[in-house]
Amino acid sequence: MSKLVSSLREAVALAGLRDGMTVSFHHHLRNGDYVLNMVMEEIARLGVKDLTVNASSLFDTHAPLADHIRNGVVTAIQTDYMAAGLGKEISRGLMAKPVQFRTHGGRPSAIADGTTPIDVAFIAAPSADPMGNCTGKFGKSACGSLGYAFPDAMYAKKVIVITDNLVPYPLQDWSIPEIYVDCVVQVEAIGDPKGIVSGTTRITRDPVGLVMASYAAKVIEHSGLLQDGFSFQTGAGGASLAAAGFLKDIMLAKNIQGSFGLGGITGYMVDMLQAGCFQSLLDVQCFDLKAVESIRTDPRHQEISALHYASPSMRSAVVDSLDVVILGATEIDTDFNVNVHTDSNGYIMGGSGGHSDTAAGAKLAMIIAPMSRARLPIVTDHVTCVSTPGKDIDVLVTQGGIAVNPKNAGLAARLKDAGLPIIGIHDLKAKAEAMTGAPKPLRKGARVVAEVVSRDGGILDQIYSVPEGQ
Amino acid sequence: MTKIIRSASAGTLESNDVFVEIEPWDQGLQLTLESLVKQQFGDAIERSVRETLAQCGVEQAKLSVVDQGALDCVLRARVETAVARGREGQA
Amino acid sequence: MRRSMLFLPGNTPRMLINGAFLGADAIIFDLEDAVAPAEKDAARILVRNTMRYMDLGGCEVIVRINSIDTGFWKADLDQILPEKPGLILLPKTGSAADVLEAGAYITELEDKLGFDRNTVGLMPLIETALGVENAYAIASASDRVAALFLGAEDLTADLRCQRTKAGREIEYARTRLVTAARAAGVDVYDTPFTDVNDDEGIEVDAALAKALGFTGKASISPRHVEAINRVFSPTQKEIDYAYEVMEAIRVAKEQGKGAIALYGKMIDAPIVARAEQTIAAAKEMGLGREEQV
Repeated sequence: MSKLVSSLREAVALAGLRDGMTVSFHHHLRNGDYVLNMVMEEIARLGVKDLTVNASSLFDTHAPLADHIRNGVVTAIQTDYMAAGLGKEISRGLMAKPVQFRTHGGRPSAIADGTTPIDVAFIAAPSADPMGNCTGKFGKSACGSLGYAFPDAMYAKKVIVITDNLVPYPLQDWSIPEIYVDCVVQVEAIGDPKGIVSGTTRITRDPVGLVMASYAAKVIEHSGLLQDGFSFQTGAGGASLAAAGFLKDIMLAKNIQGSFGLGGITGYMVDMLQAGCFQSLLDVQCFDLKAVESIRTDPRHQEISALHYASPSMRSAVVDSLDVVILGATEIDTDFNVNVHTDSNGYIMGGSGGHSDTAAGAKLAMIIAPMSRARLPIVTDHVTCVSTPGKDIDVLVTQGGIAVNPKNAGLAARLKDAGLPIIGIHDLKAKAEAMTGAPKPLRKGARVVAEVVSRDGGILDQIYSVPEGQ
Repeated sequence: MTKIIRSASAGTLESNDVFVEIEPWDQGLQLTLESLVKQQFGDAIERSVRETLAQCGVEQAKLSVVDQGALDCVLRARVETAVARGREGQA
Repeated sequence: MRRSMLFLPGNTPRMLINGAFLGADAIIFDLEDAVAPAEKDAARILVRNTMRYMDLGGCEVIVRINSIDTGFWKADLDQILPEKPGLILLPKTGSAADVLEAGAYITELEDKLGFDRNTVGLMPLIETALGVENAYAIASASDRVAALFLGAEDLTADLRCQRTKAGREIEYARTRLVTAARAAGVDVYDTPFTDVNDDEGIEVDAALAKALGFTGKASISPRHVEAINRVFSPTQKEIDYAYEVMEAIRVAKEQGKGAIALYGKMIDAPIVARAEQTIAAAKEMGLGREEQV
């Protein structure tokens, strides 16, 4: 028996795609991904219409998707994140059917329970054998973890593995086993290594970013959570990484033996593991080459599936054991609701990813953001879009002060005692507006172009089209 | 009245700055504005530009403003500098 | 209180508007080295507006104008002085005459603006061999002089030696400036530590400056501010000791005793003076105790 097929065209033909079906993709190859575009081109050639694309994230490299939408090949999108390129077109009303945004935990949950069934999953695999055992740890397109692809592989009716590094059976140290895989295709390249992972993710040198990072680390230090067994996740933004750097210094100085680091993993988290800050890293996605190298060679650095990472419908997920997460925001309102979906003019340029999953799970969910960006205050009366509800956010760190959610009065008192500059969120808004002036509110378009589905399946908010000239 | 007699510019396209270009013109004030935050601050920016020009005594000029999210005090400084560089009596 | 003074480039809006959030006790808006000659006009207007319209919190504003051997310095003062900067940092000050020349123009502007004379203090930046040798004359040239400031980069160029991290080459200048400033009864501030990535080096360098008697230290990097503040703040132990000294003095006076000892050490006038300075500094940082009535 062999599952090898000779070309992507043949694989797509064998998959039995019909009008109205759902195809799925994962985003570990990030902006270097070739697979989604290659596959969609073959599907379009077959003349199949009215498809739903369910992708864990969509990047600017996936811009050709817009043409497939215009041509009626794709009529629905489900995703956890959409970069600004496609986001702008969606916000201008490209699609009749609203995009459904889920979270990195909500997506696998909806796939597993049949809310969003997948007909054919396409797995971009940096290494695979002819029976479909595959991994992201090796190969010229190595991306490290394949965490988000697991639910697709486990629950799709058909699973096609696409690789540019076919190795003899059996592949060693596989991530996704052959038991889920229907066929395997070898192609020239699944992605552009330059876009897949960055060589290094960089700590910010921006003075404002460093001030925020220093405050963030001190908030963690004095939160009461920084003790042996501590667990931590941070994003790959410059200030968040700098905060991790400061936190590492504090943990080493106080000889604190943490338990695990979680998330999208960067070299800075690897440094913390190697310095003894954590006993393990739990990795759903690698952001840079150092993280890829570490997951390949260090048994303490473990790959986890999206289900294990953050699904709210599993018996438990790692986010439920998380102490502290550092997150970003494009806006946060005086009720601590956070927007990470739309930009300052209302265009889609992001998505929750793991934002609301980790915020819900962590004991301390911290937003780190400058008081204003390009003259726009970060704190508003009402966010344009609720990506993560304020009940799950504990603290906002800016260079102009630290606002603690009133639901967490104990934290505010502890931080104040530690000499940190605590400020009420309304005062912080006023302070920013004293610098910037009060912005005129955005105009909202007439159509709903996207829905934000909360991690447990309800509609959290709707995103409207952006009117002409905004 | 301050007369603008040569093309001049001030500011940069760095974040939180604004690039202002001024030219001689003999039919009142002509303003073009590009801004990252036009929706939120377009009116405020135009008001500040006109106020600053009035304070500098400029009644006739063609002005182009490319704003990268400058605060009001930065905007006013750049307009004033452009005027000073473009007006008569300057070397 | 000026433990740390942070230089900010005078024509960079993003840095100016965030200057107050970077943790320094004082910020130095720089119109000199950080600004290209063709942008001097733009920078002085930008700095003036920042001072006029921005709430800079509790941050003291110092402005480094261009030196008096340039054609820029009077125009700098014309724009800046109406905003009442905390101090004017005067680069390349070589002699008492330089102080008097700058001071005379400042007086002229103060009179024109209706300010009291000496509203705006001067801080000569000593960064030439001549300036170091004239340090006492400079510090005592005028009541307007509030402090001396050591600039080691230009100085080492003038001395024709390498600027090193250890700083042996500026040992003389440092001790000379501290002595001159103290003799004249003014404050004295140390040169920035220029390796922005050396977090341990800044601690060592700041501690040395404090040990030599400097009042505080300048920085060109926001990353160094926290270390400088830490080094130049009295420790809790020092504060506690200062209060014990003052209490011992009070008790001695009550009991009509002359000489008293604390922990086996005679409490003399210099120890009392230092205790008073420590308590004053602690109070400014909010670490002092409630007055006992």
